[in-house]
Amino acid sequence: MSTTELNWIEAGGLDDLPKPGGRKLRTPQGDIALFRTSADEVYALADKCPHRGGPLSQGMVYGQRVQCCMHGLNLDLASGKAVAPDQGCATSYPVKVEGGRVWIGLSLAAAGCACA
Amino acid sequence: MSRMKLVMVGNGMAGCRTLEELLKIAPDLYDITVFGAEPHPNYNRILLSPVLAGEMTVNEIILNSEQWYAEHGIRLHLGRQVTQIDRRARKVVAADGTEAPYDRLLLATGSTPFMLPVPGSDLPGVIGYRDIADTEAMIDAAQRHRHAVVIGGGLLGLEAANGLKLRGMDVTVVHVMPWLMERQLDRAAAGLLQQSLESRGLRFLLEKNTAELVRGESGRVCAVKFKDGESIPADLVVMAVGIRPNTALAQSTGLHCERGIVVSDTLQTFDPRIYAVGECAAHRGTAYGLVAPLFEQAKVAANHLAMYGIGRYTGSVTSTKLKVTGIDLFSAGDFTGGDDTEEITLNDPCGGVYKKVVLKDNRVVGAVLYGDTADGAWYVQLLKDRQDVHELRDHLLFGRTHLGDAGHKGASHAASLPDEAEICGCNGVCKGDIVKSIKTHGLFTLEDVRKHTKASSSCGSCTGLVEQILASCVGGAYQPADSATKPVCACTERSHEEVRKAIRDHKLLSIPQAMHFMEWKTPNGCATCRPALNYYLISTWPHEAKDDPQSRFINERAHANIQKDGTYSVVPRMWGGLTTPAELRRIADVAEKYAIPTVKCTGGARIDLLGIKKEDLPGVWKDLGMPSGHAYGKSIRTVKTCVGAEHCRFGTQLSMSMGVKLEKMLFGMWAPHKVKLAVSGCPRNCAEAGIKDVGVIGVDSGYEIYVAGNGGIKTEVAQFLCKVGNDEEVMETTGAFLQLYREEGWYLERTVHWMNRVGLDHVKKRVVEDAASRRALYERLLFALQGYADPWLERTREAALKREFEPITVPD
Repeated sequence: MSTTELNWIEAGGLDDLPKPGGRKLRTPQGDIALFRTSADEVYALADKCPHRGGPLSQGMVYGQRVQCCMHGLNLDLASGKAVAPDQGCATSYPVKVEGGRVWIGLSLAAAGCACA
Repeated sequence: MSRMKLVMVGNGMAGCRTLEELLKIAPDLYDITVFGAEPHPNYNRILLSPVLAGEMTVNEIILNSEQWYAEHGIRLHLGRQVTQIDRRARKVVAADGTEAPYDRLLLATGSTPFMLPVPGSDLPGVIGYRDIADTEAMIDAAQRHRHAVVIGGGLLGLEAANGLKLRGMDVTVVHVMPWLMERQLDRAAAGLLQQSLESRGLRFLLEKNTAELVRGESGRVCAVKFKDGESIPADLVVMAVGIRPNTALAQSTGLHCERGIVVSDTLQTFDPRIYAVGECAAHRGTAYGLVAPLFEQAKVAANHLAMYGIGRYTGSVTSTKLKVTGIDLFSAGDFTGGDDTEEITLNDPCGGVYKKVVLKDNRVVGAVLYGDTADGAWYVQLLKDRQDVHELRDHLLFGRTHLGDAGHKGASHAASLPDEAEICGCNGVCKGDIVKSIKTHGLFTLEDVRKHTKASSSCGSCTGLVEQILASCVGGAYQPADSATKPVCACTERSHEEVRKAIRDHKLLSIPQAMHFMEWKTPNGCATCRPALNYYLISTWPHEAKDDPQSRFINERAHANIQKDGTYSVVPRMWGGLTTPAELRRIADVAEKYAIPTVKCTGGARIDLLGIKKEDLPGVWKDLGMPSGHAYGKSIRTVKTCVGAEHCRFGTQLSMSMGVKLEKMLFGMWAPHKVKLAVSGCPRNCAEAGIKDVGVIGVDSGYEIYVAGNGGIKTEVAQFLCKVGNDEEVMETTGAFLQLYREEGWYLERTVHWMNRVGLDHVKKRVVEDAASRRALYERLLFALQGYADPWLERTREAALKREFEPITVPD
């Protein structure tokens, strides 16, 4: 995905995110789950579990993963892929943190999914 | 830095499992080279019988494909037998001259079938039963010959005989002992087994000594001759009289061997660079021939090879299950009995059921089950846990399947179910799905099955059935872990018990501190251990350890119950199930103001408001002006009451006021799992106190207290704890009981499971018989609950706490 197609929007400050934890981000393109790990990495996934649509932002974050609060599917935050042997994939969005502010890149075209 | 070199000799289940465990914890430590004498990659040897019986193919039992070795950068030499170990130059040499240097050497050479030293044992048509080649030889013989004789009436011999019979041969099993499987079965069970196998057309010759295998005109074996002069025709003779650990290679290089290659508790031989695992190894005088102990050894050897050095192997309890489709047979431990043991038996020859449990000092030391093996896993668990069973004696033989009461149409025996039978009612998983997954993925543990199929991973009510299916697929290779040493999760080797103890003994006060002290393997745990640690910290060190909301599940973090569509439900507290017109008015107003779609009465005698948006929660709480009902927590939920002597003409005690007092005392009490109470004003028990964690029943002279009941997945009737005289004593006894549970229970263990583990006697000793202990427990509970603030009120007032409920928004 080339950056020229991205529309970077500001999604609050790093300190607005619990550590480690997640929050829901409302965007014109739908809800996105923003995550902050205990190592201060920030990731963004569509706020919809590939299993049965649970809100990933409400899950528990550990290491580089989140466990969905609905039925316990574990997803890798960086790729959005379910941890084996589970299958499925949540759309992931590029994120950057600059000067304590979090920016998220929304694609103007269809958003990318690592398993597509 | 160049990596160390690990060479493995023997490419079977024990060795490969060691590599898998090693790669999991130290993927980059070694350059690995594997030598296998057979031309196949690692396969599931215990499934050779189904292959012989025509139920599976060789390809289906491969555990690690050649691709697996390649993916992990393992150099694989198939069909090359190592013939020499040069310990000085630290290299191994194979028969074809291939050499490989090593820094660490892992011997997993397995065992070879023992061939009776009788004339003719080297004739064509005489084979052992050990590997794919033997199995193929048998399948081939079955196509061209008629008479098969299996020498040896043990586990392997019977599985071979059954397979050959299914392949169409006339099969006779010759056994030197007076009954079959004498090492696993007593005479009664063996008799039932023999009858059942005879009805399938197998013939048995017991107490027969083989004298000679007779050579026929073609040069192939043609008969078996016995010492008593009798003889029977035989075109194929399978020797299944036992196995010999394969120690020749180790002996040739001067390693100390007894029955097997002698290893320490870290699976090291007398040369510490050289490890041995599996059937070739002798640990504390025992060489194991079953798969489960080999896996336990593999774990320890891998841990040591990875240079963690914290694991020790101390021996295994083994159990056996015969893998002959349609025959249910199970044995574990020592069941031969003796002067200091007792036996409890159930014998129903017509019904084809035989059960024997052997006890020593009120502990299970062995079990034999025939016909109904549903409780095999439970007996192994009791055996491994060394649990005192005197309280269970009178119903021990009737079993305690781990089955819940609903969701599987009342079935309790997996063996008799068809493939399309639904086993897991939560996730819609059928027996056939589970069997297929076990076989194709090579699964051996309940955890694996849960991960791959989702069966038994939600409410757990079908766990007993899944265990049975697992046992019937992989036989004795399925071993339930003993609960006392089972690690909390994959992040640690420590059990719940050990974690609790470390937190208590070393005054650990935070999750990072606890993880650091206990050498957690992951940087900040997982969704299994984090909530457990958080509970242990705050329950052990109240007011000192800080509660970590990020280690709590969403419901406890949001103080409401998340619903399937992502909205929440709110259950305000109604002390003892009592409410007022003013509260009801506010509830009605809130429901209208926030357009709450569903208002429902709960089973806990209060009102649930469902379908609330997360961002509305603080507003809803503020407008309700009622405290949290904690309907979302591993905590005190409700105290259900009947109307009692306040109104009821039968009431003997004021159950409503007793209930309100209890609920107020316990407000804000976190526990290993949810806690529900009930108070009834008379023995008619309208508050259903018999299925609560604590049930109080008023009688004319005071109160009876019942504990550890459960009305959910599996209905468990609460047990009588004691009788007390007044309200004060109810408070103190209830508080002490719950505090003991809070201090000893493992996270997610309900009171009934905790009490089954520690015993009612233990609870009575601490809570009823010892007044000082009861008082101390009660005071510790009151201290822990001191100053607990209503979480809803806090969240309507403090901006920092409100943030949880606000989404981040971006402008359009």
